[in-house]
Amino acid sequence: MLSHILRRIAQSILVMAAVSLISFSLFNFVGDPVNNMVGQEATREDRVRIRQELGLDDPIFTQYTRFLGNAIQGDFGLSYRIKRPVSLLIKERLPATLELVFVSAVIALVVGIGAGVYTGIKRNGWLSKSILSTSLVGVSLPTFIIGIGLIYLFAVTLRWLPSSGRAGVVEIGWWKTSFLTVDGWRSIILPAITLSLFQLTMILRLVRAEMLEVMQADYIKFARARGLSERSINFVHALKNTLVPVITIIGLNIGGLIAFSVITETVFQWPGTGLMFIQAVDFADVPIMAAYLCFVALVFVLVNLVVDLLYVVIDPRIRMGGR
Amino acid sequence: MATENTLLDVANLSIQFPTRRGIIDAARDININLQPGEVLGLVGESGAGKSTIGNAIVNLLEKPGRISNGSIKFQGQELRELDDDAMRKVRGDRIGMIFQDPQTSLNPLLRIGEQLTETIKKSLAVSDKEAHERALDLLVAVGITQPEARLKAYPHQFSGGMRQRVVIALALAGEPELIIADEPTTALDVSIQAQILDLIKDLCKTRNLGVIIVTHDIGVIANIADRVAVMYRGAIVETGPVNQILNSPQHPYTTSLIAAVPPTDRKLHRFNSVDYIDGSDSSNEAKRIDVSTHWLGEQNDLKSPDGVAVSVNNLKLSFVLQNAIFKRNRKTLQAVDDVSFSIADGETFGLVGESGSGKSTVARLIVGLHKPQSGQIRVMGNEVELHKQDEKSLAARRALQMIFQDPYSSLNGRLKVLDIVAEPIRFFKMASSEKQTRSIVQDLLDHVGLGAAAAMRYPHEFSGGQRQRISIARALASRPRILICDEPTSALDVSIQAQILNLLKDLQEELGLTMLFISHDLPVVRQMCDKVAVMRSGAICEIAETETLFESPQHEYTKHLLELMPKM
Repeated sequence: MLSHILRRIAQSILVMAAVSLISFSLFNFVGDPVNNMVGQEATREDRVRIRQELGLDDPIFTQYTRFLGNAIQGDFGLSYRIKRPVSLLIKERLPATLELVFVSAVIALVVGIGAGVYTGIKRNGWLSKSILSTSLVGVSLPTFIIGIGLIYLFAVTLRWLPSSGRAGVVEIGWWKTSFLTVDGWRSIILPAITLSLFQLTMILRLVRAEMLEVMQADYIKFARARGLSERSINFVHALKNTLVPVITIIGLNIGGLIAFSVITETVFQWPGTGLMFIQAVDFADVPIMAAYLCFVALVFVLVNLVVDLLYVVIDPRIRMGGR
Repeated sequence: MATENTLLDVANLSIQFPTRRGIIDAARDININLQPGEVLGLVGESGAGKSTIGNAIVNLLEKPGRISNGSIKFQGQELRELDDDAMRKVRGDRIGMIFQDPQTSLNPLLRIGEQLTETIKKSLAVSDKEAHERALDLLVAVGITQPEARLKAYPHQFSGGMRQRVVIALALAGEPELIIADEPTTALDVSIQAQILDLIKDLCKTRNLGVIIVTHDIGVIANIADRVAVMYRGAIVETGPVNQILNSPQHPYTTSLIAAVPPTDRKLHRFNSVDYIDGSDSSNEAKRIDVSTHWLGEQNDLKSPDGVAVSVNNLKLSFVLQNAIFKRNRKTLQAVDDVSFSIADGETFGLVGESGSGKSTVARLIVGLHKPQSGQIRVMGNEVELHKQDEKSLAARRALQMIFQDPYSSLNGRLKVLDIVAEPIRFFKMASSEKQTRSIVQDLLDHVGLGAAAAMRYPHEFSGGQRQRISIARALASRPRILICDEPTSALDVSIQAQILNLLKDLQEELGLTMLFISHDLPVVRQMCDKVAVMRSGAICEIAETETLFESPQHEYTKHLLELMPKM
């Protein structure tokens, strides 16, 4: 058991090392940073001086170790454009993204699992069929179209919700939350729904497929033959067995939510890390791009680590190392 | 027949399955009744409708099946009139069910204790503590030791036989008066089968339960039933006390079904097949090819230089059960422990043993699916290392072909039968053209009794026995000298089994094949094999000529196995 966890952690470190190398190589491949920093009128001497100051003349390996050493301490240098520490910028923007991802993950999980179980049990009902056909919309339409559609309907036509931005923010220490005010909730709800739709559909269809399979299993038939109630059969015996594969996908998808948030944040002008990343790409602001890359990788790795540990909690066959 | 204390009285029951091609009568005009303390055996081949009756009694028919006619009276109460809620109370509380496969009947993610107490509390109004006590008592009643610790265990921590005991405990949890056991021992070894049947018989007497045993195995019926109902194509053809049915069957189907069970006490040249067939199903007499002139017989006379087709020496293989960083903490299983034997050209060599004895692993080692840790394998006089890709190994692999147990999973469902059978021919480049390959495949399919038309169809269109014929055709396609048959008929009905085994015998005679025949079914082994090796825990206990082994076994374990062999 312990060796299992240690092995997973070692794998995670390997992944992070690979990602850091890729992030680092951004500095060398995405244009000359000095050009981005100085104006047109800078002299050759100025350029040389800045190169030396930034350590860009050192051997590649030295530069990488330095980058890695700083990155581990959370220091990704100064943004080329805003001239402020990248770590500080991310720290400012992170709460917005995390809250958005959290709300959309909750929507995706609750609605996805609920509707998945429902459509799995009552698979021939008219409601199940209409849920399934509407859910196709969720996968087939790109996120920005859905976002714009929602803005048009709820913000422009009905005028119920704001079209963009993050209003009603309350500061708790350095963390800015929108959970404490009505305005905050009003502004988070559209982007959260937009972001959740794709994942929701995936989860719904997966849970349904798993439910259909599990309901055919002998132990379900045996549970029926013992006269157990439908509720117990559906939610205790069946649901638990559908969860193992579902959790894998959910793990990958929560990582995906953060990655996809780039588009949603752009559509809704949501001041999170995704929007910051897009702006950084526009200006070739390499430190931000590198830091964002590492950050997303870290989230993926952590979520998957948690998923692996969750398996062990849910499935005793893995826990005991048997079969 | 029905008297006042009749437990179950099924009268004129008919069950229909509406399908696109019309209505299928799964059961027609069924009449059975059962007294408390009595075991009724419902016997028949697959598709006869025997499980359907069990499911219909507790109203758990698979959709779209429905009862079209008749009555099911349980303790005088008509079950068909009950609504869903009332029926749920009958299930578990008054009628318990036991299913075939204990591996899949228990929820793998819930502890045994949770499953038991949930069921107990559903049926009886008791407190948590009392339910726990009752769960303990039940485990003791079904013969599970250390019940307190076992309650906390998960299903995968039990062996197959123990799981079936847990299943029985669950079926008994609501204190039912009737138990319907659907093939309760089919997935179990003979020795475990005997224990489970004894347990059911014992519970039936001590608790005065009525028991319906649904099975295809006449041996089980002989062992446990008081009365027997024989089913054939949805109808009961004969009912009577067990001795009468077994000794003087009245209906021709019963006669031929009993005759098809391989006798334990003597060797026959061929297996008796169930020849009672009404209606059309006699298409099996397909044309056969003349092997003396056909492609298939070209290397017929290929013999190994020393007369030994296969020999293995000191073969060893262990599996790691639980890995650990330090070697001493690792748990390993010695799957094959110092196994040596040799099979002469043209001989049928039997390998018998219970599940987990390592007999399949030996087969897999010989064909190169596992790599031995030590020991040698010689095929046709050459020492080979089959996992390698050199020419000698390829030749050996061509000479060795395997037929697997499960005809459902051993054929690729996405390939046409033509491509399945042609694969070895194409791989070993044994035909000069695609046209020749096709004609060879068609001849092979004819020869195994399927007919050339089967080539263009897919495996799912065939029954279990027909699929096993496809497997045999595929094995023949590389013109092998040695066939390794790993439980080739244990997934099949007794009548189909007879056909397949006869086919194997015919092929062996025509082509002079050598056979390694792996089985847990001793009567079948007696009919098929010239020589037998008995395996236990990875090692061979005894090797002897078949008749010698059956008439005067030397090893204690062999004697034990022979004693457990169901006799009629």
